[in-house]
Amino acid sequence: MYSIAKENLNSLYAAIAGSYDLFMPIKTAGQTNYGFWKEGAEGDIDTLKTIRSGKDAFFPQVEQLYTVNREIVPADVAAGDDAEKAANTPIRTKLNVTPGKLVDQDFVIFGMRPCDVRAIEVMDNVFLTDPVDSYYKSRREHGIVVALACHEPEESCFCTVFGVDPADPSKAKADVATWMIDGKLYWKALTEKGEALTAKVANLFEEADADAKVEEEKAYIEGIAKQLPNADLSLEGWGAGKTDEKFKSEVWDKVYKGCLGCGTCTFVCPTCQCYDIKDYTTKDGIQRYRCWDSCMYSDFTLMAGGQNRQTQLQRFRQRFMHKLVYYPTNNDGMFMCVGCGRCVEKCPQSLNIVKVIKAFAENK
Amino acid sequence: MQELINRLKELIADGTVVRAIGWKKGDMPYNPEPAYFEKPEDFDNFVYDGFCGANLSKMMIEAGKLEGKTAVCLKPCDTYSFNQLIREHRVNRENTYIIGVGCRGKLDIEKARKAGIKGIKSISGIDIEGDGDVTFDTIYGEKKMAYTDLMLDRCHVCKGKDHVIFDEVIGESKDTGDADRFEEVIKIEKMTPEERFAFFKSELSKCIRCNACRNVCPACSCRKCVFDNTKFDSQQKANVDSFEEKMFHIIRAFHVAGRCTDCGECSRVCPEGIPLHLFNRKFIKDIDTFYGEFQAGKDPEAQSPLTDFTFDDLEPKDAVGRGDK
Repeated sequence: MYSIAKENLNSLYAAIAGSYDLFMPIKTAGQTNYGFWKEGAEGDIDTLKTIRSGKDAFFPQVEQLYTVNREIVPADVAAGDDAEKAANTPIRTKLNVTPGKLVDQDFVIFGMRPCDVRAIEVMDNVFLTDPVDSYYKSRREHGIVVALACHEPEESCFCTVFGVDPADPSKAKADVATWMIDGKLYWKALTEKGEALTAKVANLFEEADADAKVEEEKAYIEGIAKQLPNADLSLEGWGAGKTDEKFKSEVWDKVYKGCLGCGTCTFVCPTCQCYDIKDYTTKDGIQRYRCWDSCMYSDFTLMAGGQNRQTQLQRFRQRFMHKLVYYPTNNDGMFMCVGCGRCVEKCPQSLNIVKVIKAFAENK
Repeated sequence: MQELINRLKELIADGTVVRAIGWKKGDMPYNPEPAYFEKPEDFDNFVYDGFCGANLSKMMIEAGKLEGKTAVCLKPCDTYSFNQLIREHRVNRENTYIIGVGCRGKLDIEKARKAGIKGIKSISGIDIEGDGDVTFDTIYGEKKMAYTDLMLDRCHVCKGKDHVIFDEVIGESKDTGDADRFEEVIKIEKMTPEERFAFFKSELSKCIRCNACRNVCPACSCRKCVFDNTKFDSQQKANVDSFEEKMFHIIRAFHVAGRCTDCGECSRVCPEGIPLHLFNRKFIKDIDTFYGEFQAGKDPEAQSPLTDFTFDDLEPKDAVGRGDK
């Protein structure tokens, strides 16, 4: 294990950024979100919850898939040197398709919390199974995840309900596990990728024999996690195979009413992975991009025939059925929620997945 | 609060209204949610305290279409929004029973988070009748904050303690204003155009296009928003370039100009803490300067300066560059 003093973190960021693109929590205009670190940026690993989750690292909100442009082929070129033929040849156009660039360089995601790391596993089940998403896959192959333990979990956190351990990032599928204890960051490489990153910046580290210290920190965090108000939230009745029972429940009609139909919960969620594919009209063609979509929006999965979900009750139900029933049904019982609590903090109307689970428990 | 609950139950029992719109207790001490109440037992979960900041007036657009009257709890500033909705023929006054509820300023849990308060188990001192500091019992010990330090920014520029429309008022209100409403706008006006652009760019680049500001805004009551048009390149959910969001927010600000009552819901709900109210407040300040003082929603009969014409109106050329002075 290695350590580095908190006040030297900026040199660590600079050193990492010297070899890799560094994606990490950065404070801008008073809020902390993931972004690419560059000299002068305010790296912030003290804030427990970034507003947007770490999912942008692998699945950005907007991503260019390819561009198509129409090239006009002059008649004389099309017709060769034959002037008479050229005069009778209509202008021809050719469509050029340029694929978006896949990520081909290693990059580092720094300071990811164990819940957000678990969320990567949730997304992997979607994007890395057939048909494999090449854009996502290239990012996953090149991303090096440095996970950070949650020194002081907050009341909106309920990750332990989904088996996430906020105290021990080495249990998460990360490449490096870190702990911030008494002004020092402790660093332990977990994988080959993690070792390679460590070797690049090792000159900034001190060797640390800190196993006891880390164990003490883990015990402290576990003690806090047990006291969180939603630590005992029960998922009984949810999971694979519950589609009929839950879909037909009358509880939905009671819980959705305050929903504004905005996309806050879906966009701050680390596991929401629905997207739309759209064309942006350019001078001579289109830019085809994909962007996060929200099942809360009225045009979600709208098709020419108009048959998408027509009411907010249906949209609201879809979001929670997807997370707590459909996804587990298709993924060996794994839930599509990691208990990060961002929706708990950010819903404008104070609705959230915890309230939904509790409402069903009360109305059994 | 009990007086309010009793009265709402009574109004339902005697047939004056069929249902009430108020706030339902949350599962945290700070997250009550807007909700409907019909049966006496529904009121077991009714709450009205410092965290009931949501402006319920917009819910009356839909509730007003339901069979029978609906009672709605409106704080003094919410009544301006309701009046404006009447002016725009978006709510049915006949079908509404307005309970003006007392207010001593509403609270913002983000203010506590910014002050480092976390692991909250319970909160005291947020009752509507209360007075004094707010105490947080947390996993990390007891913390205190002054009520005013925890108030939403909008409450520091309070419109006053009077409800401008109501059927009856329950509870006392207090004018919590202690700041100049246009101070922030003036600060931005004094910036150079480059500084101003940089300021808005850094704020708006945080936008995630969740549309919470639009969906909560009582002035955004279009049946179908232009940004929900699927044939439009700048559609709701994507920011094609890193600053494309500006278009959404600026179009929205123009669209609500002269109609925005400055209720502050846009900034309250923004997950990224963007001070969206500043756009609207700039328009309000300009309207005051160029057409005389006007408060949208104060009088449902009043003609809005932007939908009126007189030969004395300001010429565009005289308005250009006004921010640089």
